[in-house]
This record gives sequence, C-alpha cells and structure tokens, in this order.
Amino acid sequence: MDERAAGAAASVEAMFREERGRLLAALVRRFGDLDLAEEVASEAMEAALVRWPVDGVPPKPGAWLMTTARRRAVDRLRRDRVYAARLAVLQVEADRAGPAAPADADGDLPDERLQLFFTCAHPALPDEDRAALTLRCLAGLATPEVARAFLVPPATMAKRIVRAKNKIREARIPFRVPGADELPGRLPGVLQVLYSIFTEGYAASAGPDLQRPDLAEEAIRLVRILRRLLPAEREVAGLLALMLLTYARRAARTGPDGEVVLLDDQDRRRWDRPMIEEGRELAVVALTGGPPGLYGVQAAIAALHDEAPGVAGTDWPQVVALYDVLLAIAPSPVVAMNRAVAVAMRDGLEAGLALLDGLAGDPRLRGHHPYQAARADLLCRLGRFAEAAAAYREALRLAGTEPDRAHLRRRLREAEGS
Amino acid sequence: MKYMLLIYAGAADAADRCDYEEWVAYDKALRDAGVLVSGYALKDLITATTVRVGPGGERTVTTDGPFAETREVLGGYDVIDVPDLDAALEWAARCPGSRDGGSVVVRPVAEFEG
Repeated sequence: MDERAAGAAASVEAMFREERGRLLAALVRRFGDLDLAEEVASEAMEAALVRWPVDGVPPKPGAWLMTTARRRAVDRLRRDRVYAARLAVLQVEADRAGPAAPADADGDLPDERLQLFFTCAHPALPDEDRAALTLRCLAGLATPEVARAFLVPPATMAKRIVRAKNKIREARIPFRVPGADELPGRLPGVLQVLYSIFTEGYAASAGPDLQRPDLAEEAIRLVRILRRLLPAEREVAGLLALMLLTYARRAARTGPDGEVVLLDDQDRRRWDRPMIEEGRELAVVALTGGPPGLYGVQAAIAALHDEAPGVAGTDWPQVVALYDVLLAIAPSPVVAMNRAVAVAMRDGLEAGLALLDGLAGDPRLRGHHPYQAARADLLCRLGRFAEAAAAYREALRLAGTEPDRAHLRRRLREAEGS
Repeated sequence: MKYMLLIYAGAADAADRCDYEEWVAYDKALRDAGVLVSGYALKDLITATTVRVGPGGERTVTTDGPFAETREVLGGYDVIDVPDLDAALEWAARCPGSRDGGSVVVRPVAEFEG
C-alpha cells in the first residue's frame, strides 16, 4: 500500500469508528437484525478501503457507507432462504413504524443511535450483557476489546454477545425509543449501563491498573452522544456532569509509580480545570427546573470537592446535606458510608465513626474494601492504631487492584508502626 | 409474533387470593385488543398427574406432591399475538397473576416454516 492509500485507509478507519454506531443503528432499524447489520457494515467498510483510495473519499462518507451496506443487506436477504421470508415481514414492519426520520440539514444520515441505546440496555437482557452490548454496538469496540474491558476471556465474551443478540432477534426485543410515558422507567437503565462502563474505567474492580482511561473516555463519549439525542433529560446532563467532575481529577489520582493518591493528598493544580468548568455548568442544568435526580446530586457533591481549595476548605455541611438528599432519592449503604465520612469532617471523627460502625451489620458492605478503609482511616486519625491496623488488614483482603492493595499495605505499615 | 404467557402462582395456596373479577377483566381486555390466540386456566395442582415412558416402553404414572408453601406452580397460560417483546411484557404486567408474589414468564413461540 502506498503512502496515499495508507493515509486514506487510516482516515477511513477513524471515520468509520465515528460513524459505526450511527450506521449500525440505521441498519438495525431497517433490517431488524444486529448480526446482519454488523456484517454489512463491515462489508461496506471493506468496500470503502478498496474504493476510496482510488476514487477519493466521497463528499458524504456516512451516506456512501449506508447506501453500500443497505445494498449488500438487500442482496443477502434476497439470496438467503432463511432471510427471504423475513424480508416480506420487514417491509410490513417498516411501513408500520412510519416514515423514516427526516435527514439532517446537511443531507446526512438521520441519527438512530438513541434506539440502539435503549435496545442494548433493555431490561429483558441480563445486566452483564447490557454493558457489553453497548460497548460492542455503540462504542464500536471489537469483541476482544470488550472482553478486555470486563476482564473475561474473549471466547466467553463472544458467547455472551451472541446470546444477547439472539435474544434480541428471537424474542423480538424492539428497536425503538420508549414513549414519553415509559421513558422515566427505561432511561435509568441506559444511564446505569453507561455509568458502570465509566466506573470500571475510572476505578477498575480488578487487574494491574487503577484506571483505564480508554474505557472511561469511551463512556464519556457515549454520554455526550446520549445528551445530544436527549437534550431535555436533566439526568443525562447530571451523569455527564458527574463523569466530567470525577474524571477531571484523573492526573492527580496516581503518583509517579502508579500508586493511589487519595482526595486529601491530591495536587489540586493537576486537576483538569476546563473539564471541571464544563461539569459545573452541566450540574447546574441537571439541578434546575425540577426535583433533583440521582446523578445530578452526585455531580453537585463532586463539584463541591472540585471547587474546594483543600480538604479543610471543603463545604462539608453542604456535602452532608447533599448526601441526605441522595439517601432520600436512592438509599444505599455506600451512600450512607460516604455520608458518614462527610459527617466526620463536619462534626468530628467520633461522630463519623459511630455512623460507620452503625453500618457494620449491612451484608452489602461486607465485601466492600472502601468501607473498611474508611473506618481504618478514621481510627488512625483518632489514634486507635491497633483497631485501624485490623481494619486495614480486612480492606487488604478485599481489594482487587494492585495499586489499591499497595496503598492499603502502606497505610497498614504506618498504623502498625505508630 | 406469538408469545406464551406462563402464569405462575407464588405458592401452592396462592390461588385462594385470586380475584375472579380481575381475571375476567383481563381476559376481556385480551379479547377486545384482538391479541388473544388461546388461553386457559388450569385446575388445582393436586389434580395433576405425570406420565413418563421409559426406554423399554414401560409407563410410569406419578402424582407430584406434597407441595411446599413456597413452590411456584403453573396456574394457566395465555398465547397472545403482538408485534414485539415490549408489547408482550406490557400484557404480562397487566395480568393479575403477575402480582401478589406470582409471576408471568414470557416465552416466544417457535414457529416452523413449511
């Protein structure tokens, strides 16, 4: 391949990655079959890799890919006996679905990714399949990349994705955006999927690295798409705000050797100010014009941390108040635990520790290493080093990533040496 | 597309709680919407008898039971014809059998060509 062809190939790949979600969504809407959509989308890209270096990149690459993919799909449906009967059904279904959405002002493809978001996060699919399918279909990650994201063997992930796609096809999970009456029930599932992708990227549950920026950034990119598609949904703004306000601290979260640096000790000059600014504006959108939502409130808490000059200068009474709101909307032991830590900062260590100890019986915190680490930290500050060491040992037993474990080992040594 | 709604009672004695009027209303709603293909309620589980035929053609007839309080029992079924799973789930959720500890399992019906 000469230089010009190589350049064209690289630009095709970059563009295709960007267009892939839209292309897939449009094909799925038309043909109702994820496998078929993926196959013809890939074929269209292969055709582009052959044609474009010779003919030049067409003025509307997305439309070119769509036309090529659609022709391939129709050819295949005509040829394939298994599909032949379905083609007739599909045309009936397409008529029933009403006219296609109007094209963009610039004559490009309509954006049908919103339907794909809701299909990938459909409640009829198991939780573990939803995030995988979203990364596969909307982020355009290849199956081995999705497998790496969830730390499972590629064969396992391939099976999971096939199973999910079969259920969509065989049980006929529809490709559609829920109506206004259903949206409040269905949107949280979509947001949960995106947030779990982000969390896995921002604070990996296992493995050698604390953070996996590729995954966190993919999640942010997907929420940005969702926000463009659902601009009036305040919780989408809230989730984007939460991700940005959290991710803005990424550079300061690890030391030179990849070790954990806790919020208290982070060099706040290394936080990403433009990202914080964007997050704050979105948090305001999320909290204006109605009762606050789960993500909007969490974004507000993150914003208070991001705005504070240091731990001492943090508005702890406001943080506690926001945790109270959060507990009322979405009671969970983890929220109660974080509130207890904020109370320790507002009312004193003893008060916070008493609240933490009150949560000890909750089975949902039993395997949660941050709970033990938070207890250990308060005990240390109170000078109760033996108890702190015991809590650090318990946290160490539960922690999954190496940087977390190294951090806890260091704190354990400090507690034992005091 | 046809779906079978398998209606399970939460426990062997849960049938006592069912409100006959609600079932009649549900059945009417299915018929009025034109989605009902077929559907039956089943008699009490104590009337069930199981037949198995072994490799040598020998026939075993058994009656299951006694039943634990917590055991879910199949109480009846409806086959409906609706466009997609969301529509089927919507009908399942309206079914009186999905409440009070009961559940409705939605299974797409396999259709064979030819």
